[in-house]
Amino acid sequence: MGIKLLLDKAHVEGIRFYDAYRREGGYRSVEKALKMSPNDIVEEVKKSGLRGRGGAGFPTGMKWSFLAKPEGVPRYLVCNADESEPGTFKDRYLMEFLPHLLIEGLIVSSFALGSNRTYIYIRGEYAWIVDILEHAIAEAKANGFLGTNILGSGFDCEIYVHRGAGAYICGEETALLESLEGKRGNPRIKPPFPAIKGLWDSPTVVNNVETLMAIVPIMNMGAEEYAKIGVGKSTGTKLISACGNINKAGVYEIDMTISVEEFIYSDEYCGGIPNGKKLKACIPGGSSVPILPANLLLKTAKGETRYMNYESLADGGFATGSMMGSGGFIVLDEDQCVVRHTYTLARFYRHESCGQCSPCREGTGWMEKILLSLEKGKGKMSDIDLLWDIQRKIEGNTICPLGDAAAWPVAAAIRHFRDEFEWHVLNPEESQTRNFGLAHYADPIHVPTV
Amino acid sequence: MVKFTDDKLAKAKEIIARYPMGKHKSALLPLLHLAQENFGGWLSVEAMDYVAEILNIEAIEVYEVATFYSMYNLKPVGKFIFEVCQTGPCMLNGSDNIIDYIKQKLNIGVGETTADGLFTLKTVECLGACGYAPIMQFGKNYREHLTKERVDQLIEECRNNAATNN
Ligand SMILES: Cc1cc2nc3c(=O)[nH]c(=O)nc-3n(C[C@H](O)[C@H](O)[C@H](O)COP(=O)(O)O)c2cc1C
Ligand code: SF4
Repeated sequence: MGIKLLLDKAHVEGIRFYDAYRREGGYRSVEKALKMSPNDIVEEVKKSGLRGRGGAGFPTGMKWSFLAKPEGVPRYLVCNADESEPGTFKDRYLMEFLPHLLIEGLIVSSFALGSNRTYIYIRGEYAWIVDILEHAIAEAKANGFLGTNILGSGFDCEIYVHRGAGAYICGEETALLESLEGKRGNPRIKPPFPAIKGLWDSPTVVNNVETLMAIVPIMNMGAEEYAKIGVGKSTGTKLISACGNINKAGVYEIDMTISVEEFIYSDEYCGGIPNGKKLKACIPGGSSVPILPANLLLKTAKGETRYMNYESLADGGFATGSMMGSGGFIVLDEDQCVVRHTYTLARFYRHESCGQCSPCREGTGWMEKILLSLEKGKGKMSDIDLLWDIQRKIEGNTICPLGDAAAWPVAAAIRHFRDEFEWHVLNPEESQTRNFGLAHYADPIHVPTV
Repeated sequence: MVKFTDDKLAKAKEIIARYPMGKHKSALLPLLHLAQENFGGWLSVEAMDYVAEILNIEAIEVYEVATFYSMYNLKPVGKFIFEVCQTGPCMLNGSDNIIDYIKQKLNIGVGETTADGLFTLKTVECLGACGYAPIMQFGKNYREHLTKERVDQLIEECRNNAATNN
């Protein structure tokens, strides 16, 4: 059994409610933090090596230390609970079963950052979780952990839940702030970064749900102990939401020392592929990160074991590696069609583009159309190059990273599965009734030429 | 005429108070949800104008937001809405078959409402429940691990519900 820091109490009866949560040691970190100076807490978080769990993996302590503190201007902490990246459903699980852990992490973080009004921006579809969170907030308040002069410390804090209304782009932090201001979710041009000019033009920190929950064990065990868990710059534990063609889909907490192979095949985690099928491919960190064929997923191009952590998953760069991203782990078995899967992702990004930048707005539409025509057996060989060309023209040419996020899955699919795209062109009839199959993807090591 | 009941109006005030003085426009998304829930599951121009009036903002500020977010319905919908996810992970688990089955069973296309006004079928992108695929949003909750049998049951459930509440 691996170490669990967030989910260790998830199965305690009644843990969703204050009494059981408190009995199990909940809110101790608040008692501890309020006796410290805010700057010391920021230093602790820096020392812990915690990296943002929302996708980009930016060091949390460093982000916090960038927060501007002009006199007389309010500062805000906003929790990003927009979770809409395909393959990612860990925040939902965390909030649904451990709402108080989030509230606890938010109180400590709000104190460290000096936020007296903290917002949880939650995707609109998670409507029932809004009720769970609001109940937890009311309980925390009734027990003196929220409101004015918390535990006699002189610190005031209120937490509010703000419900979105269906837009993946609102997960991008500046779009989220626009949306929280009651506007369309159009990302802002950076700089200025939210740490200087964020919500209502005030200095703001935006962090993911899991990041803010991790503050609790960091405070309780101390940054040094926390940093000992994991490996290298991947400290602590990470939540992985595993889905697709696996026996045991669900949310797992891992310390980042296990191999990808163990994660997929061991009974403690995904439990292997259903019906004895073979592994074809996997998107290890949410739909935006590159897809990898089985051979490159289990071992790096150098032939070394690949592990479930930030560095190892990224080993080989985009040529032969991928990314930890949001921890959305999508597995494709031998009967799945990479072209069709990539098409659904392209459709997703076209649907979610806010439309501000022409490369993203137009490019995502074209990619979707071309992929659909290839999938339907109506494509030409030149379409594959055209697709490659379009994704190259989106990447790096847009206001926010959604453009890149749309380009990368298409690029990786062509990079690693070009023969499958070609097969669709050469076998128009068959490609609609049968899958290309496994080809060489499950062979031990095959390094593609890019 | 659209108008919130007194308790809903109190709710609206409570929502507005979550934001600092002068930042009441932030309450727009939550108020549109409240309006949609209370005015028949969709947002008519009248409903949007009413929300603009409550927040003391221009109507266009409401329209531009209402048209941006996929959860706001801008035309009338059925009493029950099936919003079936079709993105990658759901597709890997057979969501296409579920969508086809619902279409055939209710004899409607995507985005359409049955003639009796009971059901609307929508396809949506990732709902964030990929491990429980295939899934749909149904009212405030999700229906997960969908199969043809579960779809049948749900339709039955809705019809019974409609029959007893009429
Ligand atoms: C298109 C797009 C969607 C995003 N969606 C989310 C999301 O749903 N949840 C999240 O925490 N971060 C999301 N992010 C990342 C946020 O912009 C931001 O980096 C993150 O919330 C920072 O928190 P962290 O440092 O704790 O990870 C998204 C980014 C982009 C570009
Ligand atoms: S990259 Fe796409 S989603 Fe991001 S701002 Fe530009 S158009 Fe909008």
